[in-house]
Amino acid sequence: MIDREQVLHVARLARLELTEDEVARMSAELSDVLGHIEKIGELDLDGVPPTTHVVEVSNALRPDEIEPSLPCEVALANAPAVAGGGFLVPSPQADADPS
Amino acid sequence: MTTSRDTSSDITLLSAAAAVDAIERGELSAGELFEAYRAAAAGDELNAYLWVADEAPAPAGQDAPLRGVPLAVKDLFCTEGVPSQAGSKILEGYRPPYTATVVAKLAAAGAPLLGKTNQDEFAMGSSNENSAFGPVLNPWDRARVPGGSSGGSAAAVAAGSAPWALGTDTGGSIRQPAALCGIVGLKPTYGTVSRYGMIAFASSLDQAGPLTRDVTDAALLLKQMVGHDNRDSTSIGFPGEIELPRSGSLKGIRLGVPEELSGAGVGIEGGVLDAFNATLKLAESLGATVETCHLPHAPHALSAYYVLAPAEASSNLARYDGVRYGRRVENGGLVGMYTKTRSEGFGREVKRRIMLGTYSLSSGYYDAYYGRAQRVRTKIADDFRTAFAEFDFVVTPTAPSVAFELGAKTSDPMSMYVNDYCTVPMSLAGIPAISIPNGLSDGLPTGFQLCGPAFSENRMLEAAYALEQATGFEATGARIHA
Amino acid sequence: MTATAEFEPVIGLEIHVQLSTKTKMFCGCALSFGEPSNTLTCPTCLGLPGTLPRANAKAIHFGLMIGLALGSELAPRSIFHRKNYFYPDLPKGYQISQYDEPLCRGGQLGDVRIHRVHLEEDAAKLVHAGSSGRIHGSDASVVDFNRGGTPLAEIVTEPDVRSAAQAREWLTLLRTTLRQLGVSDVNMEEGSLRCDANISIRPVGSTALGTKTELKNMNSFRYLERGVNAEIARQETLLRSGGHVVQETLHFDPQTERITSLRSKEEAHDYRYFPEPDLVPVSTSDEMLAAARAAMPELPAAREERLQSLGISAASARQLAWRTELGDYFEAALAAGNPPVGAPIQPLANWVCNDLVRRVGEEDPNASQVTPAALAKLVGLVSEKALTVSNARLVLDRLVADGGDPAAIVEALGLGAMGGGDDVLDPLVDAALAANADAAEKIRSGNMKAIGAIIGHVMRETKGRADGAEVTRIVRHKLGL
Repeated sequence: MIDREQVLHVARLARLELTEDEVARMSAELSDVLGHIEKIGELDLDGVPPTTHVVEVSNALRPDEIEPSLPCEVALANAPAVAGGGFLVPSPQADADPS
Repeated sequence: MTTSRDTSSDITLLSAAAAVDAIERGELSAGELFEAYRAAAAGDELNAYLWVADEAPAPAGQDAPLRGVPLAVKDLFCTEGVPSQAGSKILEGYRPPYTATVVAKLAAAGAPLLGKTNQDEFAMGSSNENSAFGPVLNPWDRARVPGGSSGGSAAAVAAGSAPWALGTDTGGSIRQPAALCGIVGLKPTYGTVSRYGMIAFASSLDQAGPLTRDVTDAALLLKQMVGHDNRDSTSIGFPGEIELPRSGSLKGIRLGVPEELSGAGVGIEGGVLDAFNATLKLAESLGATVETCHLPHAPHALSAYYVLAPAEASSNLARYDGVRYGRRVENGGLVGMYTKTRSEGFGREVKRRIMLGTYSLSSGYYDAYYGRAQRVRTKIADDFRTAFAEFDFVVTPTAPSVAFELGAKTSDPMSMYVNDYCTVPMSLAGIPAISIPNGLSDGLPTGFQLCGPAFSENRMLEAAYALEQATGFEATGARIHA
Repeated sequence: MTATAEFEPVIGLEIHVQLSTKTKMFCGCALSFGEPSNTLTCPTCLGLPGTLPRANAKAIHFGLMIGLALGSELAPRSIFHRKNYFYPDLPKGYQISQYDEPLCRGGQLGDVRIHRVHLEEDAAKLVHAGSSGRIHGSDASVVDFNRGGTPLAEIVTEPDVRSAAQAREWLTLLRTTLRQLGVSDVNMEEGSLRCDANISIRPVGSTALGTKTELKNMNSFRYLERGVNAEIARQETLLRSGGHVVQETLHFDPQTERITSLRSKEEAHDYRYFPEPDLVPVSTSDEMLAAARAAMPELPAAREERLQSLGISAASARQLAWRTELGDYFEAALAAGNPPVGAPIQPLANWVCNDLVRRVGEEDPNASQVTPAALAKLVGLVSEKALTVSNARLVLDRLVADGGDPAAIVEALGLGAMGGGDDVLDPLVDAALAANADAAEKIRSGNMKAIGAIIGHVMRETKGRADGAEVTRIVRHKLGL
């Protein structure tokens, strides 16, 4: 079960804003899905290593060689708001108390 | 495509391989072919395309192996200067400054970009109803879904508005729409095709693959797709080359039928099971042996998948924050901007999966969900290894049902998720799998899935080709409906 | 806790070091040195959809060198994790860092144990743009991604530091070590070396740890010391007045010396670490280890030991070893002077550590007008008694100002020590005794302090060229002492 408080907490972490209806629906839907998922809790997985990559390769390293960068105007081309050669955002300081 | 066609002169009826041959022999011009498909794509009534090229790009070199046969590309592949929106409102109008490796490779090989195809938002879905740009219609029956998430690519190929297409498969997103649209879809071994420039859903599972009218076309396209890319750390390339299939025999091939994915009680539709069993009989007649096998952890694959994929997605989709690109909705301060941008920019299913993934990674839940799911993944890969010690291929129905009606499953996430039941285990194991059309059930196509060990693409294509020759499925069948 | 209890600070340091690679941690963009904003970015370090990170081999190499320098255990296999949080300077919504499988674990430098060393990517630069009025008239910031993705090594110590002064001193050793390795510019003012401190206090004698706070933004050695002292004082005041320390992140303002809470809403921090699926593990191969070992220079601790074994005092050895450029200067002078085997070299060390440092200050002596060979020659003149110490200092002043050859300066200024013969000094001492009869009487009656007046007289007469010790000997002889 995932209750209203948990839904709100997770939404805050994910930077999503949910309406009251969405909170209720999300709580029900996620609980349903998690109910199915929790069946993996029944498996005996002691000593089983986790798989992060299906194909075990390592050291895909890049030589320290400079590659061309994008011109500033290309970097900024898709930005919703720009100022002085940078990406303009509302100041984080304005959110003294993010909630 | 409401007007009837003169099949003797319709060059769009040629398979891609046949078109390559015709161009090579000088019987067909690449420009003429491009224009025919461009017109078909521009006239598409299935909502399969989100963008169609205005004109043919400059032709690749004379010797380019694919000879200018155009390619439809799923929206989530980045294409320089061309909208690449991953089916999402949050990326509406986004034109990247670079092109995905695989798209660039194919263009260089002589497959120019024809158009960008519709898809479920960020590849999350099995019906294409999660696209921010409206659902895609199934060319066999426009009241039905084409499957997803590569639904636009599948519908375009089935309807003949593209000779072939690129899709991506995370848990079945190539194979399932291929099955529902009556075409061939192949998910290669994880790591054989570069992911660079593919807008990510779940990084450890995403893999690009071809959607084509037949097995030969799939081999022809895949041949040009595989290869190591040093822009993708998880890329490993393909040992050797992809070969075009030639043999029509299955002599000595051992097929394993996993009880867990095709037995009674799994919930596979009768018509789909009938077609599956008929194909098994056909395989035996071609010299294959067919036996039951076991993938004991396969019933848990869906659970593991719906932990791992949303978890990775929740992180992959954190970059859509309204700062550097895409949609932005101002709402007071920074946090307000973030939440408003994301809440209005993402669709319902995407938000659901972000929530699910964020929850399962959050403090106190990691071990119970993500950690366990990674271990289940290990067990599933082990199951396949065990099976492949005895069998050349494991075969299943691709999807539990034929194409369902639009709206039939949108209200219940779980009912939608079970569409991936037979395709997710291979994704978790990172092994190659192909879906070929193997018949009709109530006039709608069914899919037959073969999977083999990592890098067994060539043998898998041979086997699929043999079955394809024997089933005699008409690759252009959807057009009489479309 | 009584008001009279003595408290002991327990301090652990977290140091972020920007690595001196040519390119960023996960893409081929050049590192930024003040270029116009957003001119050193690419699809990857802008976090554009579809892009993937590629780890910089040189950064791994530098990480291994740091591990070797700190005596860490180098992990045969390490992996990257994603640290998830939203901030405009973080383009992907997560930072690629290392979590439970870092590149290096354990180790020790000086008197402080190392907990771990890991690699990660730096954040971009967020510049407050003031009230631009463009966003509903509210405050705005501008993001410059040039710095975003710069390779960082994070070095975390065990809580072994017991005072602000020790923190400062140890950080100096770390900086010298890293500079010697050539892995970083280690400039605190420019941000290539950044230090956070985890600070708690406990009653002396207690082994339990108190609640710690994390003090950030100490961007110079002076601020580090002042900030840590201020926080220790704050915690002491708090505990003595019956309050308790709250675990939080604090900001030290060097202007006002005030400490303010950065975010008390720590509950919002749930980084949801998970293994980065876009990167594969780093397996430290024998080749990589060998390359790191081969690149290791002599480190300060080893140099300190070697200098002491040459017969240099502990204090001088530490000074020369911990200030690399000073040690390099000293060793160059030593080589140029080519003293006979067994000759004491402490005088040269003293001249470098005291007289030269007093004149060049924080500047690199190698960049001064005084060549190591010139200093060696000067010290040689003194030890041959061809030049008095005080005149040698005058020569050094001249060398610092204009450079040149010490012998030529001695010659030009006529500063050469007078020959040791009594023939020369005898009449001068006689004259001095006659002119300072009071002093002579005091010396006779046992007040040796009065000899200063006699020596001073002789020095004035000889412009300092007389050898003070020789003058003393003659005075004692004449007075029958």
